[in-house]
Amino acid sequence: MTAATGTVSERRWLRPAAWRNLLRDYPLIPLAILLLLLIVVIQLTQPGTVNAGWAAVNVRQATVLAILAGCQTLTMLTGGIDLSVAYIASMSGFVTATFVHQPGGWVLGVAVALAAAALAGLVSGIGIGVFRVHPLIMTLGMGLIVFGFSNVWQLQNVQTGSGVPVELRTVGTGMAGDLVPYNLVVFVPIAIMLVLLLRRTGFGRMLYAIGDNPVAARLSGVRSWQVVVVLYVISALLAAVAGLLQSGLSNIASVSLVVPYLLPSVAAAVIGGTSIVGGRGGYSGSILGALILTVLAGFLSIILPEPWRQIVFGSIVVLVAAAYTRVTAQS
Amino acid sequence: MTAPAASIGRPRSGAADTLGTWARNSAWTLGLLGFLVVLLLFTKYVNHNYSLVSLANTATAVVPLGLAAVAQAVVVISGGIDLSISSQMALTSCVAATMMAAYPGDGTALVIVIGVLLLGMVLGAVNGALVVLTRVPDIVVTLATYFVWAGFALLVRAAPGGTAAKWLKDLVIGSLGVDVVPKAAVVLVVIVAVIWIPLSRSRLGLSLYAVGSDRLAAFRSGVAVNRTKFLSYVITGLIAAFAGLSLTASTGIGTPVPEPTYVLISIGAVVLGGVSLAGGTGGVFGPLVAVVVLQLIRDDMTFMQVDSNYGLVAQGFILIGVLMAGSLIQMRRSRA
Repeated sequence: MTAATGTVSERRWLRPAAWRNLLRDYPLIPLAILLLLLIVVIQLTQPGTVNAGWAAVNVRQATVLAILAGCQTLTMLTGGIDLSVAYIASMSGFVTATFVHQPGGWVLGVAVALAAAALAGLVSGIGIGVFRVHPLIMTLGMGLIVFGFSNVWQLQNVQTGSGVPVELRTVGTGMAGDLVPYNLVVFVPIAIMLVLLLRRTGFGRMLYAIGDNPVAARLSGVRSWQVVVVLYVISALLAAVAGLLQSGLSNIASVSLVVPYLLPSVAAAVIGGTSIVGGRGGYSGSILGALILTVLAGFLSIILPEPWRQIVFGSIVVLVAAAYTRVTAQS
Repeated sequence: MTAPAASIGRPRSGAADTLGTWARNSAWTLGLLGFLVVLLLFTKYVNHNYSLVSLANTATAVVPLGLAAVAQAVVVISGGIDLSISSQMALTSCVAATMMAAYPGDGTALVIVIGVLLLGMVLGAVNGALVVLTRVPDIVVTLATYFVWAGFALLVRAAPGGTAAKWLKDLVIGSLGVDVVPKAAVVLVVIVAVIWIPLSRSRLGLSLYAVGSDRLAAFRSGVAVNRTKFLSYVITGLIAAFAGLSLTASTGIGTPVPEPTYVLISIGAVVLGGVSLAGGTGGVFGPLVAVVVLQLIRDDMTFMQVDSNYGLVAQGFILIGVLMAGSLIQMRRSRA
């Protein structure tokens, strides 16, 4: 009898439920394992690919996606989503580029871009928080509006011309000793702030509370609409920063530059373990999710033609999401 | 969120099927129709040359997006959402155009059309099976299959091309009889009516609303929730295939890259058309009218020689403005 109990407690970690709890409580572990597996596969199939320079290039590429995934993580925690980020990000990079030959220079451009982004976020936040419009629709409509205005702005600036400012290009593409991308200077503080925001501040708690149970949150005295308005302003500002980095990285100023990142940004947050219905998740997972998607996309672009790349990419997103749902499902 | 939808009920109103109930239930759609009439008059005002021929052109342009919105409406009513509709359209359209180029002939074209519709149902079935079996949220599953279907579309055709059978083109271009009724509008309404009216009167139709409005309650009342969800995606796939075929018919080719705005506009039109994103309310005719409204607004912008990009801005503002207004009315009502 005693012996049997002893065996059970000794082997407790072997039981599937224990593993499931471990994976549920520390979602970063399976993600890190997945990333490592991916790197091993790459090294095995393409010997010599994996080195410090390769890693640096991937990290540099992943930061933009990671910031956008941050927008999705924050909004998804409250049960929302932000589909305007791609258009706001593109707008921000483009607007900055049009100011290069103007008196104020690129600094004024960045200021205007951030102000415009904040305004867009404010309107979205008011629509969602005060008027209770569905976040999907609100941010979608806002995306269309921002895209339309960007196009108008583009036509009005055909004469003056545009160019990605040298400073942005340096931050976007530069690497210290070919190993440390300069854009980490922007990204690391943002990442630390977001993680701390979610884990250590009242604002972060309220995001989880609203997503988990909006009624309970309201009854506990959370002024949801204020939280939501601030949230969407933050999301828009993050998107604007991501757009600046992306236009610096690609040296392109275009009103649709970041649009291809929209769906991957949602996918990165989902793979990172943030629930799309709200209340569960975190930013560190989304960073790993963005890294995994970037490495995967880069690898697939080497070994597969474009069509198969998309097919495999989509399949993997479903598989990972399904695995997550299985692991975290309440028994 | 549920504001605009709450003011309308299901098209089925049971025993109390009086005109009054009908009007109350369809208030949102009727209001939208009224808005459409005003918009048409406005169109005539800003462009005196706007004739029935131009109306036919508008109708031809509206068909793919209209069908996409109807496809979206079906799945949204049952509580899901389908982000992969535009790439389903791209894939079905490419298959149709490629096959029609390879095997010309009117008879074979009919076989191809039927095959493509079956393909659409298969795509929908895959979406539905994944949603039901993996229990991953609909939005994530269809986000992923968006990439998958787009990839297959590129496999079918690397570049835009192919042909459409003559009779298929004739179905959507031009007018019926003496230039009165645009053919595209007739085709659109007929397709939607043939699919939707029997569906909404059937047991499955009722189940769609039941599952969409309260999954648990539907389950406890004996509705086969999983089967209903699955079938809602199959129907959406079928209508998306019709939309893909209409793309081929109106452009004469198949384009392997999904139109990025289709999914977004289809969701917008669904909500504008009185279907709640929470599911369980609304119908498919509201979204259809909403698509026409959105298209006409862009057309009017062009006629008024406003930069066409303001059309995009206007669509966005209308989307948001109408929903905010609807939500405000709802809040007033619930407070009173």
